[in-house]
Amino acid sequence: MIPAAFDYERVDSVEAAIAALTEHGDDAKLLAGGHSLIPLMKLRLATPAVLIDVGRLRELSYVRDAGDHVAVGALTRHRDVEVSDLLAAEAPLLAHAAGQVGDPQVRHRGTIGGSIAHGDPASDLPAVLLAMRATLVLRGPGGERTVAAERFFTGFLETALAPDEVLTEIRVPKAAGVGWSFQKLNRRAQDWAIVGVACLGAGPDAGIGLVNMGSVPLRAAAAEAALANGASLADAAAVAHEGTDPAADLNASAEYRCHLARVLTHRALTESAGSLRG
Amino acid sequence: MQLTITVNGASHTDDVEPRTLLVHHLRDGVGLTGTNVGCDTSSCGACTVLVDGESVKSCTVLAVQVDGQSITTIEGLATEAGMHPVQAAFQEHHGLQCGYCTPGMVLAAVSLLAEQPDPTEQDVREGIEGNLCRCTGYHNIVKAVLAAAAGGGTS
Repeated sequence: MIPAAFDYERVDSVEAAIAALTEHGDDAKLLAGGHSLIPLMKLRLATPAVLIDVGRLRELSYVRDAGDHVAVGALTRHRDVEVSDLLAAEAPLLAHAAGQVGDPQVRHRGTIGGSIAHGDPASDLPAVLLAMRATLVLRGPGGERTVAAERFFTGFLETALAPDEVLTEIRVPKAAGVGWSFQKLNRRAQDWAIVGVACLGAGPDAGIGLVNMGSVPLRAAAAEAALANGASLADAAAVAHEGTDPAADLNASAEYRCHLARVLTHRALTESAGSLRG
Repeated sequence: MQLTITVNGASHTDDVEPRTLLVHHLRDGVGLTGTNVGCDTSSCGACTVLVDGESVKSCTVLAVQVDGQSITTIEGLATEAGMHPVQAAFQEHHGLQCGYCTPGMVLAAVSLLAEQPDPTEQDVREGIEGNLCRCTGYHNIVKAVLAAAAGGGTS
């Protein structure tokens, strides 16, 4: 399978990327690691006229302590998120989940920002950012703005990014000492999760993100509300599927996905409660 | 566009279409056919090569993305002194049958051992999770990788 022909531009700064996006508009796509986009291009489900390669922008590859949060550059590879000592200490859910993305080869190329900007509800990291109540930094011709992860995913493979904006940074609140869990069911390492659950905390303010339970990455809002009202972990998990609209496919019916959401949320909350420290 | 990459230590400059996948450039442009195309969907790992020492699936990388970088294919592992220790361990422990997955499997193992020189069996099984083998059932492959690690087989 070979992608349709396109023009290729490699840029050496975020400003140059924004300028190229401004010039080409909807005809252009940013290329980071390419591990979401290139498969779609090989299937000709995506046929951008122009690819703007930001993969070499080292300025967007970093993990930094930023006081109350950890700032992760959008072009930080999954492998670098996985082995970050800072994230292991301050946001272990994100570091762990990055190590569950695809397989080692995928993690050597794929980036956190590329995965988030793709907006696939079957991806692992959007659910993690929802559970962690992360904030995304977008930069465009008019400057920078921040968007809560919860408001970023607007439709199937659609996000709050304007055609001339670049996702530059992911900000995850520090969560050292807070229990967490990431549960994912898939058949092979390379497969998307049939369902996944990311969980931060297990008390009244717990955050729970769901993988592959609708057309966009979702929070388990009913389960979160139940916990906020003092429900037991089991009772909260029992409503984890409420408000979701999962698809049926070769791997699972919608009913089975709802069942998995309940079971995996219970496991996640139980593990999260058990891993609480201090 | 013009592309210059180093493959197994030798520099190659070629004109490539931007849509050329790295695996096709290695096979059809550079002429090294040891890198196999298996599933062509970044699932099976048969096309695994090293880019600056790290394993990648070359069916899911555009050749232009690695302009200026150093690629190692299966042809680049052995030296005049003999096989690479991971290759020798695959032979010794019968880590292959039909051989189709083997180039990718060996390179995935080389990358794993560079990151984890002293892996547990679980580490090895997880480290090669991106590579599918339909013959051996993985058991002898895991034995081979562990043997290579025990022999210090990372270089």
